[in-house]
Amino acid sequence: MGGARTQGAPDGTRMSGSDSDALRPVSVRLERCGKTFADGTKALEPLDLEIAAGETAVFLGPSGCGKTTTLRLIAGLEMPDPGGRVLFDGVDVTALPVEKRNVGLVFQSYALFPNMDVRGNVAYGLRVRGMAKPEREKRVDEMLAMMRIEALAHRRIDQLSGGQRQRVALARALAVRPRALLLDEPLTALDAKLRDALRVEIDALLRRLGITAIYVTHDQAEAMALGDRIVVMEHGRVAQAGTPREIYQAPATRFVAEFIGTMNRLAGRAEAGRFVTAAGAIPWPEAPAGAREILFRPEAVRLSADGETPHLAGAVISAFFMGDHTRLFVAAGEGAPLVVEAAARRHFARGDRVGLVVDPAGLLTLKDSA
Amino acid sequence: MRKRGGLFWFQLGFTLLIVSFLIVPVILSMLAGLTVNYQSGLESGLTFRWVAAVWEGYRQTIFLSIGLALASLAATLVLGVPAAYVLARARGGWARAIEELLVMPVAVPGLATALALIVAYGTWGGFRTSWTFILVGHVLFTLPFMVRSVLAVMHAIDLKTLEEGAASLGASFGQRFFQVILPNCRSGILAGALMVVTLSMGEFNMTWLLHTPLTKTLPVGLADAYASLRLEIGSAYTLVFFVMIVPLLVAIQWAAREPRARRTERA
Ligand SMILES: Nc1ncnc2c1ncn2[C@@H]1O[C@H](COP(=O)(O)OP(=O)(O)OP(=O)(O)O)[C@@H](O)[C@H]1O
Ligand SMILES: [Mg+2]
Repeated sequence: MGGARTQGAPDGTRMSGSDSDALRPVSVRLERCGKTFADGTKALEPLDLEIAAGETAVFLGPSGCGKTTTLRLIAGLEMPDPGGRVLFDGVDVTALPVEKRNVGLVFQSYALFPNMDVRGNVAYGLRVRGMAKPEREKRVDEMLAMMRIEALAHRRIDQLSGGQRQRVALARALAVRPRALLLDEPLTALDAKLRDALRVEIDALLRRLGITAIYVTHDQAEAMALGDRIVVMEHGRVAQAGTPREIYQAPATRFVAEFIGTMNRLAGRAEAGRFVTAAGAIPWPEAPAGAREILFRPEAVRLSADGETPHLAGAVISAFFMGDHTRLFVAAGEGAPLVVEAAARRHFARGDRVGLVVDPAGLLTLKDSA
Repeated sequence: MRKRGGLFWFQLGFTLLIVSFLIVPVILSMLAGLTVNYQSGLESGLTFRWVAAVWEGYRQTIFLSIGLALASLAATLVLGVPAAYVLARARGGWARAIEELLVMPVAVPGLATALALIVAYGTWGGFRTSWTFILVGHVLFTLPFMVRSVLAVMHAIDLKTLEEGAASLGASFGQRFFQVILPNCRSGILAGALMVVTLSMGEFNMTWLLHTPLTKTLPVGLADAYASLRLEIGSAYTLVFFVMIVPLLVAIQWAAREPRARRTERA
């Protein structure tokens, strides 16, 4: 750690870009970082968060939950409330302004410089660092090649499409070999198809570079696909942090359970190895005593086969043909309709009676569901 | 090419009509400055006599006006562009209030501003008789135009994000300001500069009160010439005015032009 400390001296001004100066990712730690804005808005409750070196962390949450604010604290664009600290590799950088932190930033609105062409944009960070021209040119060429935008090198920014702009923005941010890459909804302004393509590319890029990356999004599919770890935020707090699998399979709170993916919910009570609801009883040997509510994903429930005894009985409210399957909304018990996936070939009409079989392995209870 | 309809020709004709309505008096006036005797018309012949007379008698006013315009431009650039930046970056209500207040010097009659200046500083002997006294008036009058036109551009581009982008790449405040902010506000600065120079060159109300016999500007001299001398001299004066100001405006445009052949960095 001692060696890393001196090397990673947080002044971030590297005057030369020798080859030994490869990306060296840092770990990022927030300690009791709260944020209250000048107008009194409490955007963040004091939060603690650790992002390991080389990890891709995704901040996920509804609009206004404080994702951007957290990202800006890490970047040095906002100061945490007194008492909060931001550490890179264990070194306190709270007092360092953004230009000294050496973090790459990618914005939803691209923020490319219209007064420079693509090359000029990518070279800018190297230029302000005073990197010698031959070396700079070489690095810019590498970046353009990496983002596959060599052909655009001399275009003006207003001659680029949204996807191309975001590639330039990535090349520009990575050209200075930042210690961490921070991306604030970089794909939100793009159309769906392009978004998917660029997401795959960003994913591959982040893995190849092994850079510490923090990615803000409110799109859970994006979060699942990109994140080594997802930090789900709610009202300025971290609701849960964990791998996509943990978040999906073992949500810690009702908010997380319902924000990520689709979650079915049934009220009832645990009783002699079963969970009894108004629509029927589900055999569940491990049912925790006192459980009043169960949650399960659509993939944990299926329509009962002919001759099979269903656990639950319900009626179809609506059916959506999705191509490879049919998504059913089934009224069962008194709560919200259950979402069930059925084979695509069968036709359903509103009011059809259906039997449901639930896989007990997919059942969850929440601590706060009492 | 698409065939042009009747509407096009109507609009063209209408535009030409308006333009000629505006431009004919100017041409007549300039022509009058070149005729031997305006009363007897062009038959009396053309001459540079009046232009020469104007040059003899009013040369100083022309130089002073150009000097004032350029000094006003320098002052409004140095004061106005940073002021616009501060206003654009500030989010408080006070900044919006100042933006509204910026129109005040335009709404207040020039005479009133001039009187206020005289009341306040009129007794400062050396200052009162110096051309800088007029300069202060001109800067007061033109500064809002510079600030507003730069501010309009700054509001139109996402200044904050651009600057944050530059900062994240390691640019210091100075580098951000001169390499990112100023170049992207070029159009607003140019518009403001043209406005300041033309307004300063043509300013009469305020200057008329502020001037002394030794600090006469071009418009003040023009009024003098029309009031006390032959019409031909006044007209010749107009001619000289045009000949001076048009190249100046073109020069400003040229100086602020978009660098087309940008220094591209090639490997
Ligand atoms: N400069 C500011 N001044 C005052 N309040 C602010 C400021 N910036 C953000 N906020 C508030 O702080 C809260 C969190 O904002 P933030 O931008 O972090 O949300 P977000 O999670 O990024 O949302 P979105 O998904 O909409 O971008 C919001 O209530 C917002 O209104
Ligand atoms: Mg945001």
